[in-house]
Amino acid sequence: MSSDVREVKGSQSVAATEKKADALSAEKGKRDASTGGNVKMVPVPSDSIVPERDANKSPVLECRHLGIDFGGLRAVDDFNMMIGRTEIAGLIGPNGAGKTTAFNLLTKVYNPTRGTVLIDGVDTAGMDISKVSKAGIARTFQNIRLFNSLTVEENVRIGLHNQIKCGMWSGMFRLPRHWASEKEFHNKSLELLDVFHMAGNANEVAGSLPYGAQRRLEIVRALATNPKLLLLDEPAAGMNPSETAELMETIVRIRDEFQIAILLIEHDMDLVMGICEGIAVLNFGKIIAKGTPKEIQSDQQVIEAYLGKQDDAKDGE
Amino acid sequence: MERIKNLNKTTRSNIITFAIVIVAFVVMQALIAAHAVSHSIIGLLVPICAYVCMSISLNLVVGISGELSLGHAGFMSVGAFSGLVVASYLNASINSVPLCLFVSIVVAGIFAAIAGFLVGLPVMRLRGDYLAIVTLAFGEIIKNLLNNLYVGMDAKGLHFSMKSAQALGMDGGKILIEGPKGAVGIPQLSSFVAGFILILFTLIVVLNLVNSRTGRAIMAVRDNRIAAESVGINVTKYRLIAFVVSAALAGMAGALYAMNFSSIAPKKFDFNTSILVLVFVVLGGMGNIRGGMIAAAVLTVLPEQLRFIGDYRMLIYSVVLIGVMIVTNNPKIQRVLGDFKERFRRRGNGAAQEVDSLEGGASDE
Ligand SMILES: Nc1ncnc2c1ncn2[C@@H]1O[C@H](COP(=O)(O)OP(=O)(O)OP(=O)(O)O)[C@@H](O)[C@H]1O
Ligand SMILES: [Mg+2]
Repeated sequence: MSSDVREVKGSQSVAATEKKADALSAEKGKRDASTGGNVKMVPVPSDSIVPERDANKSPVLECRHLGIDFGGLRAVDDFNMMIGRTEIAGLIGPNGAGKTTAFNLLTKVYNPTRGTVLIDGVDTAGMDISKVSKAGIARTFQNIRLFNSLTVEENVRIGLHNQIKCGMWSGMFRLPRHWASEKEFHNKSLELLDVFHMAGNANEVAGSLPYGAQRRLEIVRALATNPKLLLLDEPAAGMNPSETAELMETIVRIRDEFQIAILLIEHDMDLVMGICEGIAVLNFGKIIAKGTPKEIQSDQQVIEAYLGKQDDAKDGE
Repeated sequence: MERIKNLNKTTRSNIITFAIVIVAFVVMQALIAAHAVSHSIIGLLVPICAYVCMSISLNLVVGISGELSLGHAGFMSVGAFSGLVVASYLNASINSVPLCLFVSIVVAGIFAAIAGFLVGLPVMRLRGDYLAIVTLAFGEIIKNLLNNLYVGMDAKGLHFSMKSAQALGMDGGKILIEGPKGAVGIPQLSSFVAGFILILFTLIVVLNLVNSRTGRAIMAVRDNRIAAESVGINVTKYRLIAFVVSAALAGMAGALYAMNFSSIAPKKFDFNTSILVLVFVVLGGMGNIRGGMIAAAVLTVLPEQLRFIGDYRMLIYSVVLIGVMIVTNNPKIQRVLGDFKERFRRRGNGAAQEVDSLEGGASDE
């Protein structure tokens, strides 16, 4: 399915160049046409990997040649990625590699300088952050972004904003629709908070929660938008080992229960290697390796990126 | 259990706000009946009501939506002059004062809302603090436009001109708005009761809006714009809703205010008035609607009582405004205040728990 998309695009660009060629020289065009039947067609080599169970379904996310420059800095360059419908994928790399920037490109916090992003086959060109949310991507932030002055439940209710509708006038004059929707908001948000056993904290002010709980609340709020793909930026940062272990379990449970894809950035290798099915490694804005946790752990380039080139060892050989 | 208790917290706070308004009204009425109030205070009742409404409505923009508006008097002005033209027009044909007042206040709200929409639409699409600059300019532009506006009414209906009274081409009748002189011969339809009802209406609109899906979206944008966008909230739309509703309410307050006097000039609604309303909101605690109302009432009465301050009033307001800004933005002072609050809360905890258990019992029934 996904390769279909690419083929269509490929043929379009071929058509475009042919047209140009026609305009330039009719003779050349004739020659091309006459040799058309003899061209050898080959399958395009793909650098994308998805879990086998998702292989015959359209990918939830596909990006091609994505990139952004900050002045002279190529923060992300030629970023290609495909994520299966129910995949748990990891994006790792040293500090400053461009992982968060890649998330910001996927969610349109930054406008890409180059490349395309397809969410469930839909191009995000021209969309803004809120449209991307409606298209099916939800995210959390490395530097937590909660609605700090509001309660835990209100934060989740805001996440449900586009799931439950109620117009301004209904709210202003307390029409029946308001009461019905508020009830729905309440029940749904407690249900979602229960994913992390946080229903008991529903009325606490979000900004006063402990750090770990704030991270969990951000995930609940993201889930409330009913996404197809959940992006988690360092979900375990600042959590203790037992919290992290619980988080790993919950992430897998979220995938199983909601049947969504999850892409996470994380420095905690136990978490990444423990639950991610496919992993991409980013270094200086470029993907240097893709594969299963096992493949990544033994990849020479990845080891170099993380530990630096081991010159001494090389000299010895 | 826990849930019921806390849900009641906002409801309880809102009930207290309404109770304060109603009690203040009843007490005032009783005092007036007993002739225990001076004439100067009675003359201030409608302006107090209008400023309380202004304070509530500006709080929607400054406190709830988290934006700075420096031209709120501009919307008051739009409402005042459109309202009094409608009132003069209707007063000739409708005998019922409440109906005439009601219609003109509604029309004033609509006109101010349109002005708010036109001003807000281009600004709300931008990021950053452009609103302060644009609203500041808006207030001045409205004042200057009204300084050149002439409106007259005769048997043929209403006449408008931006040149002079002669240009109206009147056939007898009377002039309603005369450029810089402003409106003269206004039908004085406003009353304390009307002001009280308008405060209740403004409170209902704002408090209901805040505690609804729309209000949550507005506050989400205030707390964290990017996070709000990332959950699919249309930022421009909700900033604009807050701004337009606020403008409409300010317009209604303006109409109430204008119809308390026999004449009123455009320069009454200048930059100083905008700042005055902002001072109400800041002093009351941004986002604290009840605090803003009380600040509006007190600061409207005080200058009349402290006449000797006279011209220094605006100076004092500015100093107070700067002081409050410094205090609310200084982390050290904030920490000290926070500690103080914490201690205060702990001491009051016993009493609070008693109330909660009582309420819990009631809701079980
Ligand atoms: N808005 C910006 N303007 C200029 N440079 C930026 C901007 N955002 C990110 N960068 C730069 O892009 C590079 C990648 O940053 P990014 O935050 O994506 O790294 P990261 O992989 O998420 O790192 P970490 O693991 O520390 O979170 C860094 O060199 C950073 O300084
Ligand atoms: Mg990062």
